[in-house]
Amino acid sequence: MNTVVASNKDRDLAAIRSLIQKHKRWDAMFGILGIVCLMVGVLTLIALFADMISTGGQRLSWEFFTNFPSRRAGQAGILAAWVGSTLVMVVTAATAIPLGVAAGVYLEEYAPKNWVTDLIEINVTNLAGVPSIVYGLLGLGIFVYTFGLGHSILTAGLTLALLILPVVIVATREAIRAIPQMVREGAYACGATTWQTVRDHIVPYSSAGILTGVIIGLARAIGETAPLIVVGAVTFIAFLPPASGTGEPAAGVFDWLFADFTVLPIQMFNWTSRPDANFHANAAAAGLVLVLMTLAMNGLAIWLRYRMRKNIKW
Amino acid sequence: MSKVATPEKIKAEVKDLNFHYSAFHALKSVNFPVYEKKVTALIGPSGCGKSTLLRSFNRMHDLYPGNRYEGEIRLHPDNTNLLASDVDPIEVRMRISMVFQKPNPFPKSIYENVAYGLRVRGENSRALLDEKVEQALRGASLWDEVKDRLNDLGANLSGGQQQRLCIARALATDPEIILFDEPTSALDPIATANIEELVTELKDKVTILIVTHNMQQAARVSDYTAYMYLGELIEFGVTDQMFVKPQKKQTEDYITGRFG
Repeated sequence: MNTVVASNKDRDLAAIRSLIQKHKRWDAMFGILGIVCLMVGVLTLIALFADMISTGGQRLSWEFFTNFPSRRAGQAGILAAWVGSTLVMVVTAATAIPLGVAAGVYLEEYAPKNWVTDLIEINVTNLAGVPSIVYGLLGLGIFVYTFGLGHSILTAGLTLALLILPVVIVATREAIRAIPQMVREGAYACGATTWQTVRDHIVPYSSAGILTGVIIGLARAIGETAPLIVVGAVTFIAFLPPASGTGEPAAGVFDWLFADFTVLPIQMFNWTSRPDANFHANAAAAGLVLVLMTLAMNGLAIWLRYRMRKNIKW
Repeated sequence: MSKVATPEKIKAEVKDLNFHYSAFHALKSVNFPVYEKKVTALIGPSGCGKSTLLRSFNRMHDLYPGNRYEGEIRLHPDNTNLLASDVDPIEVRMRISMVFQKPNPFPKSIYENVAYGLRVRGENSRALLDEKVEQALRGASLWDEVKDRLNDLGANLSGGQQQRLCIARALATDPEIILFDEPTSALDPIATANIEELVTELKDKVTILIVTHNMQQAARVSDYTAYMYLGELIEFGVTDQMFVKPQKKQTEDYITGRFG
């Protein structure tokens, strides 16, 4: 008989202790393994970031943000690119948030639980894994050719909205599922309709989670290059979309939607493909700006989530 | 049940009620009256169908697929069959409110929690809401504790206070019946005693149906008791008589603690 598993009188304490020691060695080993795995990711990221700073850091100046691209690397800037990225993101958010949230709410609160809903659910989840260039082709076919929206900010924004729609839908559904059924029943017991329950309870209580999903989606969209090349983003552009009310004749409120554009990752791609090493510094600087924009978005997500969750306890 | 001579008015009548969760036959030909401005307790061991019966009164089962009612619950004086397919469950819930097993305040202010039922009914006049909220909070013996912090979150109250907040929410819309689904099962003994006292006070204003797994609680708060077992109503009667001298052997075994 094993003396560790024994009756009280012949229990061997020394054996128990050595067994615990052995188990604890495995504990420690897994801990070390975990740290190593973690470091692979973290150190790679730090190295990339440090490389970008050392290559492109000195290019970051006020002029870099206010200059259009140029043949001379020293005078080239990212004005068109960061304005383009920002405007495309505005269109993407304005489209993907209402569509994605409404779809998620419908699937959770309204859809009957049957095989059709299951099928839709599987499809939505799979859409998140479709390569982004496929969305580019879709955007080209639908928005450029069918709807005739041109190679515009609108087309780009809508294409990226399709790309992040599954992310928003899945995040919405997960946030809604975190709401206890008791709260829902409480609302219905007061005589609320499904719409009143959704408007007064479901959406407000899940907004923190939805927002997190939206920003993760936008952070993905802002780095996308392939679909935007497909829908016709230009790589060299020396003007900004018309601000409403400016120019001759005065531009309308939505004219900027139909302007040509470029975005940061495309500007980066353009610069890295040039032989002149000075342009590579520009690319690194643009990359730095892109990473910082993404980090800022994630920071905003964390802050908003903290603020919104503070008032929600179950 | 006609053995008890009762001058009471009948508020609702359960007539030959059967209920199915998909293939499971959860309530079997249940019949009993609910007397106006009295407390009726539903008791029985776990799984006997007492909560299922209670939740039929406000059509909570309609929220989930695969549930089926047969029979009637007639609500007086208008004699509406609450279970009829042409009666909107929302209309039923506007007449009959409910207090749940665990306090479930909304993550909103105390004020908005109580006002919610009125808001759902389209009431937005501040003066009227103020008045109704105060009335309901007084009715739930919570006013003095919260009157200075109506804008605080409901979730910041203690468990017992939260349950009284939920009672205030149920009271605010002047319901004809309030359903209590084991309202004290998540509370400590002192909070439980407060809720029980409140229930006895409330019966002057409103008809009450209460599910409890605690027989002493049923004996303390109710006027009538229905004992259920395996989906059937075994015995219904005046609480005092039922606890002293039950008519059926099964009821006696349960209330004397021999099983359940």
